[in-house]
Amino acid sequence: MFKKLFMLIVAGFFLASCAATNTDQGGDVDAASASTTSSGGEITAGTQEDLIVNVGDRVFFEFDSSELTVDAQATLDAQAAWLMQYPDTNITVEGHADERGTREYNLALGDKRAFSVYSYLAQAGVDTNRMEYVSWGKERPEVIGSDETAYSQNRRGVTIVSN
Amino acid sequence: MIKKILIILFFSFNANAALEVTIAQGKVEPTPIAITQIFGADSDTARYGNTLRQIISNNLTNSGLFYTVNEDLYIQSDNLVEKVPRFEDWKLIKAQFLLSADVSKIDKGIRLRMRLYDVFNAKEIEKLQLTIPDENLIRRVGHTVSDIVYERITGETGYFDTRIVYVSEIGPLDQRVKRLAIMDQDGHIDSHQFLTDGKNMVLTPRFAPNKQLITYMEYKNNLPRVYIYNLKTGEREIVGDFPGMTFAPRFSPDSQSVVMSFSDPNNAANSEIYLMDLNTRSRSRLTNDSGIDTSPSFSPDGGRIVFNSDRGGSPQLFIMDKNGDNIKRISKGKGVYGNPVWSPRGDLIAFTKLTQGNFHIGVMDTNGNNERVIVRDFALESPAWSPNGRYLIFHRQKRSNLDGTGGEVTIHFIDITGYNERIIPTPRDGSDPAWSPLL
Repeated sequence: MFKKLFMLIVAGFFLASCAATNTDQGGDVDAASASTTSSGGEITAGTQEDLIVNVGDRVFFEFDSSELTVDAQATLDAQAAWLMQYPDTNITVEGHADERGTREYNLALGDKRAFSVYSYLAQAGVDTNRMEYVSWGKERPEVIGSDETAYSQNRRGVTIVSN
Repeated sequence: MIKKILIILFFSFNANAALEVTIAQGKVEPTPIAITQIFGADSDTARYGNTLRQIISNNLTNSGLFYTVNEDLYIQSDNLVEKVPRFEDWKLIKAQFLLSADVSKIDKGIRLRMRLYDVFNAKEIEKLQLTIPDENLIRRVGHTVSDIVYERITGETGYFDTRIVYVSEIGPLDQRVKRLAIMDQDGHIDSHQFLTDGKNMVLTPRFAPNKQLITYMEYKNNLPRVYIYNLKTGEREIVGDFPGMTFAPRFSPDSQSVVMSFSDPNNAANSEIYLMDLNTRSRSRLTNDSGIDTSPSFSPDGGRIVFNSDRGGSPQLFIMDKNGDNIKRISKGKGVYGNPVWSPRGDLIAFTKLTQGNFHIGVMDTNGNNERVIVRDFALESPAWSPNGRYLIFHRQKRSNLDGTGGEVTIHFIDITGYNERIIPTPRDGSDPAWSPLL
C-alpha cells in the first residue's frame, strides 16, 4: 500500500515534469514536493494525487494527542465531501507518531489517531465499508530528522486511496 | 536444532560459592583469571582448543567481572588438567584464578576436560568433563564452560549460554526494512541468523521462558498483529487475530499465555491489555480505562503485571494483579515513562523515561522506590534483562538529519550498576533486543 502511494506520486511527478530534466529519479519523492510539482499538470479526478493536491491527504496532531484540531476537522470535512463525490473510492487511514516515545506507546497512539480520522469521516457520512485504518507508530516518518520541524510533520493521519 | 550437550560432572564441590568477587554498589574491580592454552593432541583439537579459549576469555572479560591475565606473562606452560599447578608461579603474575583444559577426540565426538583453581588458596575449586557429540557445538561449549567458571567464582547464575533475538534494520529511515534475527549473547557473527525475510515489518520480539518460542508483532498484509515464531520448526503463527491491532506481546512465566495490547475498534481503538491463553485461545481483558494501556510485563512468579498507561494524563508505570485487580501507579519521578520490564530475579523493574529532552534507562524497586538511572542519551529504548538479572541490553539511536543521514541504531549491553557498557555487534543496525533464558 505504501509502495502504491509512492508509485502514484512518482507517476504524477513524471507526468508533470516531462519537459524538465529529472535528476531525482532514484531519490525520495515526498508528498509535499510531488504535489507542488504536479499542480500544473493534469490530475485524474478521484485519485490519490487529486486528494493530495485539491483536498489535502493529511491532518496533523499535537504532541501525545489524538484529538483533531480545528484545522484537521476542516481538512476532514473536505475529505468527506470528496469521498462522497467519488463513491467508488476506498481508503486506508494511516496513523503515525513522532519518534519521541516508545515504540509500543506510539503504536497505540498512532492507532488512536487513525481511528480519530476514521470515525470523523464516518460521522461525516462516509460508509465505514469503504474505510480501513492502521497504525504505523513511529516506524514510517514522513520527514527524517530529530527536531520539532520533522516531528510536527510526522504526527499525522494520512488518507490513502486504496483502489 | 540445538542438541543437548552432555555434561558429566565427575567431581563436584557443593560447598556454597565463596563469593570471591564482591558485588556491591558501584564499580566492581575485575578479578584476574589466567586461562592456559586449551591443549589438543593434534592440530585439529589444538585449533578447537584455541577457539574455545577465545570464546571463554571474551565472555569472562565482557562480563566486566574478570580480566584475563596476559598469556605472555605465564611462567608455567603445562597442561594443568592432570597436574597440580605451581601456585607460586601464578601468584607471582597476580592471577587469582586459573583455568586449564584440554580437548581430545573420542568415538562420539570430542571430550573436554577442565579444572579451575583458586590460586591464592592453592586449591582446585572445579573439575569437570564435557562430552561434545557434535563439534559444531563449539560456541555453546565455550559458553557453557564460561558459565561454570562465572558461577563457581561469583556465586551468581551465568548468562553466557544464551541467545539474543532482535530486529535487524537496514535502509532509509522512512522505508526501513526490519527482519527478525537471532545470535549468541556475544553477537558473534558465526552465530548470527535471520529468521524472517524482511518482506513484512516486524517489531518487539520476546523469548518464551521455554526457550522454543518467540512472540513478536508483524505487519502481514499491512495488518499489525501479534505472532509466535517457533524456533524448532521455523513456523509462524498468528495469536492476536482480532479485528484491530494487537501488539506489545510478552509471554507469561509458564509460557502458556501471551499478555499483549489489543486496540479494539469497538472501544474507539483504545489499547487495553489482554491475556491470551495459547492452549484454549481464549482471551481475557485485564484493563478497562479510557487511557492507553500497553507494554505489559509479568513478574517472574506470574502473580503481577507491570505496564505502561497514560490514564493519569501522561505515560506512567503501573502494577496490577494478573487478573487486572489492584492497579497501582509505581513511577514517581518527573517525565514520561515506558517499556517497563520485570527483572528475572523479581526485585527490580527496568524502564525508559523521557525527560528534559533525553531518554533514560533505569531500574526501580517493584513499588517504585529507589529509582536510579543507568544510562542517558538522546534516544534509548527496549531494555531487556540478562537471565541472571545483573545486566541489561537495550538499543541506542543517533539523531537523524533532514538529508536522511544519521539515525544509526545499535544494541548495547550494560551492568545495572551503570558500568561496563559495550556494543553487541550486529551485521546491520539492530533494535528491540530480547534475551533468552539460560539454554
